[in-house]
Amino acid sequence: MSTRTLVSPLTLARPRGKAVYWTVFCGVVLLFALAFLFPVYWMVTGAMKSPDEVTRTPPTLVPDTWHLSGYTDAWDLMDLPTHLWNTVVQAAGAWILQLVFCTAAAYALSKLKPAFGKVILGGILATLMVPAQALVVPKYLTVADLPLIHTSLLNDPLGIWLPAVANAFNLYLLKRFFDQIPRDVLEAAEIDGAGKLRTLWSIVLPMSRPVLGVVSIFALVAVWQDFLWPLMVFSDTDKQPISVALVQLSQNIQLTVLIAAMVIASIPMVVMFLVFQRHIIAGISAGSTKG
Amino acid sequence: MKTASKPPAAFPPAAVGAPEAPRSAGRRPGTPWRRRLADQARAYAFLIGGVLCFVLFSWYPAIRAVVIAFQKYTPGSGGEWVGTANFTRVFHDPEFTAAWRNTLTFTVIALLIGFAVPFVLALVLNELRHAKAFFRVVVYLPVMIPPVVSALLWKWFYDPGAGLANEALRFLHLPTSNWSNGADTALVSLVIVATWANLGGTVLIYLAALQSIPGELYEAAELDGASLLQRVRHVTIPQTRFIILMLMLLQIIATMQVFTEPFVITGGGPEDKTVTVLYLIYKYAFLYNDFGGACALSVMLLVLLSAFSAAYLRLTRSEGDDA
Repeated sequence: MSTRTLVSPLTLARPRGKAVYWTVFCGVVLLFALAFLFPVYWMVTGAMKSPDEVTRTPPTLVPDTWHLSGYTDAWDLMDLPTHLWNTVVQAAGAWILQLVFCTAAAYALSKLKPAFGKVILGGILATLMVPAQALVVPKYLTVADLPLIHTSLLNDPLGIWLPAVANAFNLYLLKRFFDQIPRDVLEAAEIDGAGKLRTLWSIVLPMSRPVLGVVSIFALVAVWQDFLWPLMVFSDTDKQPISVALVQLSQNIQLTVLIAAMVIASIPMVVMFLVFQRHIIAGISAGSTKG
Repeated sequence: MKTASKPPAAFPPAAVGAPEAPRSAGRRPGTPWRRRLADQARAYAFLIGGVLCFVLFSWYPAIRAVVIAFQKYTPGSGGEWVGTANFTRVFHDPEFTAAWRNTLTFTVIALLIGFAVPFVLALVLNELRHAKAFFRVVVYLPVMIPPVVSALLWKWFYDPGAGLANEALRFLHLPTSNWSNGADTALVSLVIVATWANLGGTVLIYLAALQSIPGELYEAAELDGASLLQRVRHVTIPQTRFIILMLMLLQIIATMQVFTEPFVITGGGPEDKTVTVLYLIYKYAFLYNDFGGACALSVMLLVLLSAFSAAYLRLTRSEGDDA
């Protein structure tokens, strides 16, 4: 049973409707394959061409000879293990810190009734109005010389981790979810002798698995895909994540090797997407219509 | 106690827009102050880490941007008040006009392309009865490719020699183009990359919106003799008005902060045809070491974008109340 859309099922059932439908269907399949799959195919196979084949005109659709050396060279020459590891460390740290601090703060704001809680929440929500990129320069100056303690977080993963915690969107998402958990449940736990931390850990968090999933995906994708901020924070080549390293190294490296590195850089997020695609797609669709 | 029964587990929380739980239990009268103080201390212990990060990396930089915009500032040696000198200096930079013109042009073209295309795609996809999962995954695939990789990929496509873009034009017997190297075409070339990379999300959001339109409306319109286009015009568009407006604001906010594509693909060139405001901010800070100028520019961008953000938040909030 499907709901009725723009075109009625009756029109579609007629021979002419059927013909039009299948033409459009094939057209869209072709268009999608060309526009979205072909560039990916071109990238994956481009890396396996020989250096002069990749610059040949007209280009070859299938490599004449298949080389894996593009990939192995990229791995060694561009020092990809280091940069991939840096990215993993940065993304994982930002994810964990965000989960810990944002969950704790959201729990406090939602259930613990701190004095001035509304003011703090208002201040946090106000940051949603400030587009992140517009503030990168003063944020950079802050990270370069933290107030009071005068330490620099430049070239330190903490320079990625701590600013990532200041994510009003994720915090608000968590807070709204916690708001839904009935007070009785928490009070019952308290009567049974559970402390606030114990209640959070054994009652609230297990109930919040769906929202924790969303926040996790948002947090990981954001760090993995970011470019401008890590470009500012990491001037030290050995500490750079793969996105920054790719651009820095793209100037003087053989094209096939660069393309191979691009493919390798894309694999983690694409694999994560393919594994969690149901959740990610449902999340985007449902989250947005609800505002 | 045992874990309570599971709450309604919608995948993103149905919480957004749901009414807030009543805060009945306020301060319990008669609680000894010592106990209340302990409660507050505990609440703040949970809050402190997160709030500290907001103080350090959101509120403080926002204030600082405004302060430094009126200072001659060099890292390490503090600032010296210079009034509006930064603003006048930045204003007289020929790149200033170029950057704003490019950013606004980029936003307008991105809206024209990046707006119509996903809407039409979503309309068509919503009519298709087969392979729905395939379409959704494929259209979202580019979004998952890191923006830097998309930019480098298209830089290669745009290559005047071995680039795929010109090869496609030759295949269709069309005149070739300079793409990202041409003064007239560079900006459009960048918009194409940004659209390709981001359209998946927009399509999915539109699809969800289209699915919530009640079928009876189409049925009624059809009985009244409305043609296909009339149904789009009088049913689909009014029904998705909120989402359209929301996404338009989001897109304006996002495109006005474009940086990766011009930085990676064109380096701001040819001449200054693709320098954007954010790129200019970056140049002031890291090439000219002029943090006062960078902050003056940041404040200008901030003021403009905050207006759009405020409109966006207002809109989503009022819609949340309706729901």
